[in-house]
Amino acid sequence: MTMHAEPSTSTAETAPSASSAAGALDAATRTALFETMVLCRTYEEAILREYHADKGPGFDIGKGLVPGEMHLSAGQEPVAAGVCAHLTADDAVTATHRPHHLAIAHGMDLRAMTAEIFGRETGLGRGRGGHMHLFDPATHFSCSGIIAEGYPPALGQAFAFQRQQTDRIAVAVTGEGAANQGAFHESLNLAARWSLPVVFVVEDNDWAISVPRDAATAIPSNADRAAAYGIPGERVEDNDVEAVYAAAARAVGRARSGAGPSLIEVHTLRLWGHFEGDAQGYRPELADVPSHDPIPRYEKALRDSEVLDDEIVQRIRAAAAERVEDAIAYAKSSPLPDPASATSHVFA
Amino acid sequence: MTITDTPTAPAPHASRLTTSKAMVEAIAQEMERDPSVVYLGEDVGAYGGIFSSTTDLLARFGPERVIDTPISETAFIGLGIGAAVEGMRPIVELMFADFMGVCLDQIYNHMAKIHFESGGKVRVPMVLTTAVGGGYSDGAQHSQCLWGTFAHLPGMKVVVPSNPADAKGLMTSAIRDDNPVVYMFHKGVMGLAWMAKNARSVGDVPDGEHLVPIGKAAVARPGTDVTVVTLSLSVHHALDVAEKLSGEGVEVEVIDLRSLVPLDREAILTSVAKTGHLVVVDEDYLSFGLSGEVVATVTDHDPTMLKAPVHRVAVPDVPIPYAHGLEYAVLPRPERIEAAIRRSLAL
Repeated sequence: MTMHAEPSTSTAETAPSASSAAGALDAATRTALFETMVLCRTYEEAILREYHADKGPGFDIGKGLVPGEMHLSAGQEPVAAGVCAHLTADDAVTATHRPHHLAIAHGMDLRAMTAEIFGRETGLGRGRGGHMHLFDPATHFSCSGIIAEGYPPALGQAFAFQRQQTDRIAVAVTGEGAANQGAFHESLNLAARWSLPVVFVVEDNDWAISVPRDAATAIPSNADRAAAYGIPGERVEDNDVEAVYAAAARAVGRARSGAGPSLIEVHTLRLWGHFEGDAQGYRPELADVPSHDPIPRYEKALRDSEVLDDEIVQRIRAAAAERVEDAIAYAKSSPLPDPASATSHVFA
Repeated sequence: MTITDTPTAPAPHASRLTTSKAMVEAIAQEMERDPSVVYLGEDVGAYGGIFSSTTDLLARFGPERVIDTPISETAFIGLGIGAAVEGMRPIVELMFADFMGVCLDQIYNHMAKIHFESGGKVRVPMVLTTAVGGGYSDGAQHSQCLWGTFAHLPGMKVVVPSNPADAKGLMTSAIRDDNPVVYMFHKGVMGLAWMAKNARSVGDVPDGEHLVPIGKAAVARPGTDVTVVTLSLSVHHALDVAEKLSGEGVEVEVIDLRSLVPLDREAILTSVAKTGHLVVVDEDYLSFGLSGEVVATVTDHDPTMLKAPVHRVAVPDVPIPYAHGLEYAVLPRPERIEAAIRRSLAL
């Protein structure tokens, strides 16, 4: 392990505009990005449907086949698609309480993931985890429901990969509210000092539940915080999947080459509430939110450049629906865990 | 290999070591045996650990494996977790248990829960070492034991050696365990040159590979009249008192718990079944902690085992004071232990 991180002169940069980034990508890559975004959205729409199907009368959060808090990622697909396109299942990803898009884009088995969300014995965690606690050894994916606390374990995965002399990396994702937590800063400093192969990603969806980012954060771009640790920082505007892809290419390449960590902040969109049941009365622009949906926008751009047409879009949507409904059906038909086993798996 | 269930078991080849040297010997042997073992923490390199937990390890194993960290407990404990998940066996030092407040989320929400949340599919084989205890006027933020807090939170084993042989054997077992193990060493048992020490902080330690099973208490001194259940530095005090009372014809049985999680309830019950008198000595806070758990172990099983009320000697529910006289008034010192035994036996 090198213990001598060379402080980078590069600090916060503005990502290339969408049009210039778009020009660099071939049709297959652009189609794959769209496909990933559609799969993520199709999944969230299905969970939304299943989640609300049996919460009544009224809304009882603890009721139904999918009980508990539900944080859906609609609108944030560009982050997952653009970053995870550069990863293999050997790379690690740590995510947040809003993890589905990242899990899907990183290749998590949809059946095991969905069974966990439905609290089934066949789920990733045998029903012990739930949707905020998805742990998948096959894709080195994990998530934490505690803000910013998914960053430190990613350091350790990167540390192990570095020791194993591989070019595997860890991607640590959190929200913009997390950038005001100590764990965020401790992690950036340590990763920078030890040149750990980590890509730190901040999903800035403007809202820490109900508190807008400018009410909580002293500076306009968290990418600027990278300068404090001598690592590259980039902010991607406009929830632009191709700009995310380009920024992630630089950061992933840097990490794989042994040059150390980078920080990317993506200005993304929380299309729905913080969690299901959130009426979002605090959100003044609520009526405008759907017009910023990144998927129709990207679809239009790809149709305009003749990458997509009706037939391809139809095929992509049908394939996504088929995979998602298969996973939902698998989860629903899976056995529930035996209540008598509730105390098992505390220790190995 | 020796597997020592009781400290009185014979060790064919042994060396006289302080507790700290015994702990370091175990770490060094495991680092030689397993390249995935690394030691991370503050001042664990050139300094050798503020309480001599890593003396000379840097010289022997180099900075790739004995690693000084920034003062960022959340980051480096989390790093240990991630490294353990990916197949390493990190030992991570939290300099004082009192510092858990700055990093508890990584400890109890991550290190301790990942195995459960993953349905047993992800293991976190790491050791979290930490110094505990008072007695040297270090004040309210550097003198706590807090093992009851760790033990209360499910998902981590908690071991607390009181002597050199157990320090080695429990460390070896902790490193090889596939679960997170919190290894809490009392500064007063380490045999440090710069702190008053009990004679028992130096002792015979089996050479070579030595394991003490986690979850097994030891009968530190057999007796027939009263059971003292205790751990860590308080074992030394209890043994001192037992020796003194033996001169009066009172035979005190001292149980050294050695592990809090798992707790060897059978050892407690066996001893109390014999003596019918129970004194619990705990350097942690009195209420809502270990001493109550030990008592409940007996009363849940059969309250009629007790011939007299139980007496608990613990830190009354106050922060540890600074001034020597105040501090010693709240610690479970030998005088308080002796008084509790006398009350239990109506002497």
